[in-house]
Amino acid sequence: MGRYVIRRLLQMIPVFIGATLLIFLMVNVMGDPIAGLCGDRQCDPATAAQLKKEFGLDKPVWQQYLTYMGNVFTGDFGTAFNGQPVTELMSTAFPVTIRLTIVAIVFEIVIGITLGVVTGLRRGRPVDTGVLLLTLVVISVPTFVTGLLLQLLLGVEWGWIKPSVSSDAEFGELIVPGLVLASVSLAYVTRLTRTSIAENKRSDYVRTAIAKGLPRHRVVTRHLLRNSLIPVVTFIGTDIGALMGGAIVTERIFNIHGVGFQLYQGILRQNTQTVVGFVTVLVLVFLVANLLVDLLYAVLDPRIRYA
Amino acid sequence: MRGATHAKWVACAAAAALTATACGSGGSDSGSGDGGTVLSSSWGDPQNPLEPANTNEVQGGKVLDMVFRSLKRYNPETGAAEDMLAEKIDTTDSQNFTITVKDGWTFSNGEKVTAKSFVDAWNYGASLKNNQKNAYFFEYIDGYTATHPAEGGKQTADTLSGLKVVNDKTFTVKLTQKFSTFPDTLGYPAFAPLPQSFFSDHAGWLEKPVGNGPYTIASYTKGSQMELKKWADYPGEDKAQNGGVTLKVYTDNNTAYTDLMAGNLDLVDDVPAAQLKNVKNDLGDRYLNTPAGIIQTLAFPFYDKKWNTTGSDKVRTGLSRAIDREQITDTIFQKTRTPATDWTSPVLGEEGGFKAGLCGDACDYDPAAAKKLIQEGGGLPGGQVKISYNADTGSHKQWVDAVCNSINNALDNDKACVGNPVGTFADFRNQITDRKMSGPFRAGWQMDYPLIQNFLQPLYYTNASSNDGKWSNKDFDTLVNQANAETDTAKAVETFQKAEEVLRDNMAAIPLWYQNGSAGYSERLSNVKLNPFSVPVYNEIKVS
Repeated sequence: MGRYVIRRLLQMIPVFIGATLLIFLMVNVMGDPIAGLCGDRQCDPATAAQLKKEFGLDKPVWQQYLTYMGNVFTGDFGTAFNGQPVTELMSTAFPVTIRLTIVAIVFEIVIGITLGVVTGLRRGRPVDTGVLLLTLVVISVPTFVTGLLLQLLLGVEWGWIKPSVSSDAEFGELIVPGLVLASVSLAYVTRLTRTSIAENKRSDYVRTAIAKGLPRHRVVTRHLLRNSLIPVVTFIGTDIGALMGGAIVTERIFNIHGVGFQLYQGILRQNTQTVVGFVTVLVLVFLVANLLVDLLYAVLDPRIRYA
Repeated sequence: MRGATHAKWVACAAAAALTATACGSGGSDSGSGDGGTVLSSSWGDPQNPLEPANTNEVQGGKVLDMVFRSLKRYNPETGAAEDMLAEKIDTTDSQNFTITVKDGWTFSNGEKVTAKSFVDAWNYGASLKNNQKNAYFFEYIDGYTATHPAEGGKQTADTLSGLKVVNDKTFTVKLTQKFSTFPDTLGYPAFAPLPQSFFSDHAGWLEKPVGNGPYTIASYTKGSQMELKKWADYPGEDKAQNGGVTLKVYTDNNTAYTDLMAGNLDLVDDVPAAQLKNVKNDLGDRYLNTPAGIIQTLAFPFYDKKWNTTGSDKVRTGLSRAIDREQITDTIFQKTRTPATDWTSPVLGEEGGFKAGLCGDACDYDPAAAKKLIQEGGGLPGGQVKISYNADTGSHKQWVDAVCNSINNALDNDKACVGNPVGTFADFRNQITDRKMSGPFRAGWQMDYPLIQNFLQPLYYTNASSNDGKWSNKDFDTLVNQANAETDTAKAVETFQKAEEVLRDNMAAIPLWYQNGSAGYSERLSNVKLNPFSVPVYNEIKVS
């Protein structure tokens, strides 16, 4: 187990370097970021040159990358064009997005798995068909439509919520955005759980458990659910990273100043430091989440062993 | 503590699900207690640090307009440059100026505003090592090249030799050339005075800028919100009529508009294009649509031989005549743009140099004439024009496609014109500075100060800072020089208009339309208006 974890951690290093290098190159291909800083006019060449020097943009890309990576390991992610250190941007953006992600994941787990179990146990019944139809609708409607619609109905027409989230972005305000963000994944979780439960319901160990005379809820939670959760856990695990990075649409609609907003601004202003910094952290989140998922397998199914 | 937070969350969840209660802090909206009520307004994250000489976009400029007052101020209605802190600005030769600062002005930290406050600030702005993006505003002052050498040069001075403090109240400015309208440029935010704390504790000042305007900054959370309070001891006459303004950063102007509709926001100063159709129904009288000093044009790459042949002026004029400006401004912009008939802006007024119809026939839609002109001029270079624009911000795609449609229809050729989107604004600017444009491209111009000079010289003078098409014409340059040397304003304006006629005869850039500022506000507000820079006149807004 310990060796497995170490091996996995070591594997992260090339992935990490490769991912950051790719992002670095991609942002740099877009051209000179200073050009966009002066609005609809040309920056005067002397100031532009001076700015390039300050941000290290006058050096060749490979050298910029090495300097950047060197700084990253000391915790210095550089400075955004508005003079703020990127770490400062991160310290305001990540907590907000993490809260939003937690809300979304909680929705996925609670609603998704519950619906999945209910429909999986009652396959073919009206409840099952109803939920299947519903998930189909949710999957096929784009997030921005759901988001704008809920914002308009709940926020403007009925006045139940504020249409925009304040800069504090507390949990209470994030419930509706979290639900919107979770909606598509939630439908997938429901379907995954349903299929998995329906399949395992007929397996030998469930029949044995029932034959032993165990109470139904114990059969379902201890035997059936635990074994059926493996694909679901995989999905939710990888979804953590996807939700954090992919919240751009939701964050824009509900005015949430999180990672998506900063990334969007960074790309628009072609701010290499911001984009690379945020993506680097997101890559790390992805990698760690994947590792945790793999480790969770062993907990759910003791037959799985790591050497 | 932990338990309490959880309990609050649960309570909030329940409340949000059941009732209208929102659990945010929401405290910023409530009254400030001292002197009037606070209003909230939409804002965008400023792109650059908030320093007067470093702010070149509207969002940062908005704040500077609230916390700074300069020697001159542009009248929010007429746009005329009026004395603010300047008691008098004297000159005999349009090149040497003696500026006297009024008594009784202080910064909000109590420090007196003196001649030195201006001289220090201008020196700071002009010095290359401070990376100020508006440094070129000081380029006419003597000694600029020493403090701000051209690229590759070494900076030999920290201060402008053309600036001299005479005494507490007076300083002199020596320019490198005659520039009769120089005093009128002094209302631009880059010329604002700065307190000593700006120089002694720069980082601290940037966290919470201190100025001498009707508002002071109470708190500033970068990227999300700024709270401005009325400065009770403000010595000027244009005191704030409200208790303060909370500027909230929005990720999307559609969300800001939704918030206005839901009653969470008082003022939106940029009505999203998608809402223009509904805005009259939604807001009625509370929707403003007033002219601003912005003109959209199509510029041409004169560095490309194809666009610089004899007769190519006929092709350009032909293209201009093939664009149905009226229809495009009506259908796409819902009349928030006005078809352009000269190269300036209506906000200048007739005295200031705006001359409706100066473009004449060349800006009238006439497909037949367009076709004929283009044929006479040798046809479209390469048989097709590609109009470049940046696709990331604004709704440029829509109007470029419409312009192309109009041209295609006029020429009976489906392929005469196509749009050429560029991914990001930075890349778009890149291609322009690298002279990589192969056809016409969009060129927007927002004035720095309401002078006809500002609409012509930076854009069309040989090698001027924003002459993106690299157009060059001796007659035009001569007329601009003459106009600048003229001490009589009316005559100067007249000469500038002559220069504009040269522009027309060569069709150096196709004027498309004048842009309006648009804003919407809640029922709580009254006396809302937009100044010629399309920024709300915050200090005059009344809150009930």
